[in-house]
Amino acid sequence: MSNASVPKIDRFSLPDAGGHFGVYGGVYVPETLMTALQELEQAYEAAKNDPQFQAELKHHLKEFAGRPTELYFAERLTNHVGGAKIYLKREDLLHTGAHKINNALAQVLLARRMGKKRIIAETGAGQHGVATAAACAKFGLECVVYMGAVDMERQSLNVFRMRLMGAEVRAVDAGQKTLKEAVNEALRDWVTNVRNTHYVLGTAYGPHPYPKMVRDFHRVIGLEAKEQIRAREGRLPDELIACVGGGSNAIGLFFEFLEDTEIRMTGVEAGGRGIRRGEHAARFAGGRLGVLQGCKTFLLQDSDGQIEPTHSVSAGLDYAAVGPEHAFYHERGRIEFAYATDDEVLAAFQLCSRLEGIIPALESTHALAYALKRAKELPKEKIIIASLSGRGDKDVQQVQAMLAAKTGGK
Amino acid sequence: MDRIAQAFARARSENRACFVAYLCAGDPDLETSISACRAVLENGVDVLELGVPFSDPLADGLTNQLAAQRALESGMTAARVFELVRRIREFSQVPIVFYTYYNLVFANGVENYVRLAREAGVDGLLTLDLPPEEAGEVVAACGKHDMKTVFIVAPTTPNARLPIITAAATGFIYYVSREGVTGVRDQVAANIPEAVARIKAVAKNLPVVVGFGISTRAHVTEVAAHADGVVIGSALVNCIRDNLSQRERIAPALAAKAADFALGVGR
Repeated sequence: MSNASVPKIDRFSLPDAGGHFGVYGGVYVPETLMTALQELEQAYEAAKNDPQFQAELKHHLKEFAGRPTELYFAERLTNHVGGAKIYLKREDLLHTGAHKINNALAQVLLARRMGKKRIIAETGAGQHGVATAAACAKFGLECVVYMGAVDMERQSLNVFRMRLMGAEVRAVDAGQKTLKEAVNEALRDWVTNVRNTHYVLGTAYGPHPYPKMVRDFHRVIGLEAKEQIRAREGRLPDELIACVGGGSNAIGLFFEFLEDTEIRMTGVEAGGRGIRRGEHAARFAGGRLGVLQGCKTFLLQDSDGQIEPTHSVSAGLDYAAVGPEHAFYHERGRIEFAYATDDEVLAAFQLCSRLEGIIPALESTHALAYALKRAKELPKEKIIIASLSGRGDKDVQQVQAMLAAKTGGK
Repeated sequence: MDRIAQAFARARSENRACFVAYLCAGDPDLETSISACRAVLENGVDVLELGVPFSDPLADGLTNQLAAQRALESGMTAARVFELVRRIREFSQVPIVFYTYYNLVFANGVENYVRLAREAGVDGLLTLDLPPEEAGEVVAACGKHDMKTVFIVAPTTPNARLPIITAAATGFIYYVSREGVTGVRDQVAANIPEAVARIKAVAKNLPVVVGFGISTRAHVTEVAAHADGVVIGSALVNCIRDNLSQRERIAPALAAKAADFALGVGR
């Protein structure tokens, strides 16, 4: 594609002091949280510029989380498709099973620095909850995780893992009982306990400074990938692909490449059962501008502004809104968005397991499903990096049930 | 003088605080909601705060979340919320303030929403998740259409923010008496007199109302000694919740409850 129409990008120029990425982002929260967010921003900026904090974070990312992660050439998938080379950024190899630990560990370190003794988090698929629970266990902090009752059901293994590590998992029974309701409940807790509690928000979403801070904590994904692909191929990739719920693994991978405008970047949303009301979570396919849970961005909503129900096979992408930085680069034409349906994901999940011996998380499989499609369209000398943001151990029971249902239990 | 200012002036002249009642528009259904509003308005309420039901009320406790859910399930839409206001205006001139979330105001254009609300008879707008830093468009639209703005001050609000908040407010200041969400509490927060004084020092002529967790007549009296208005929400909404199986009982229950609270606002 031609990027001739894309204006020059300065990736560090955003967000502005108020947390805005163009018209997106900002701070839309009850007054009670305003001061906490401002304190968080100050603490984060101070930590960012503190070599001691950075060294400590780097140390724990290596020794506890297992960085750097490999950039893996998926040879059999590549041969199977017969097109562009597919590389997988193996965030699934991190401790606790997903990229989420990058941010959870960093925010827990930040909370300690701020003197907060109590940690809360929301979780959808459970990966962010597990990562936060692990970081809290390691540093001896109290941890409460809010999770939709429906997600607790479909991700019961992760619920048990969190409890094993000493976290209290609180079921959220409101509304659709998934990620959005868990965020509401975490925000209610934070409003109530703001003086002693830090909210470890799990994606590049919410009020400023979260979208920026979470992005920064995941930048390591793209920094590593850039170095690794250069070492491996002697050049930069042609395309980057990542799944987008809130969008943290995607912005983490993309950020270092934003100014390399010859590289195409695609965020893959949850197409669910198709783009019909309540059947998907593809915000750029069915949404419009609105404000939810702290920021202005693309939302699935009705004509009055009520938030619409969503569906995805993957709990982590089953969310009505998308991170504001993604909305901005979508508008600028720098990041493109596609979606993968539940059926495409289920097929790619099995294919990757069988051909590579890697069981991907259902969330990450959205990126994979689209990468397979793109690789087929491209010649063999092209290079794609797809973010394998998490591993699928948590999903095998659900997939087993779905496959059994498809084959009539045979 | 506008309806909001008149209500506070009248209360002041009677040496009492305003009784501000919160009900969710359309809870549990449009017709019952009209009779519920009438019941409180005929029993001493000075300002009606109408909650506009939203799918994701993140500043509300369970009582108000369920009220919003009932209203939405009964088919409340933006158009029906405006219809409710018009129907109230057939029998009452009590000031009405919308208690809402920003996406509902934003969805079809801020100015469009403010104009429609004003035409229906709404006097003020309180948007829970809209701090003054992001409120430029709302403040401008409200100025243009003579809608009063209400902004929140919280116990966590530092003095440095007070001028920013009070500059954006034209109707009154809503002091949230405790960290947390809406809901019934056993006790009123301890430091309300100091907080109200702190706000009044900056807010000049703006009335200051106090809400969140005020749920008995004794609470009302305690707060009325210091504030220009006292907000009762969940304690009223519970009258609806407790009579859902026999909806004709809702209005009488609310009337009795409101009359009791109204006795508490004197100084």
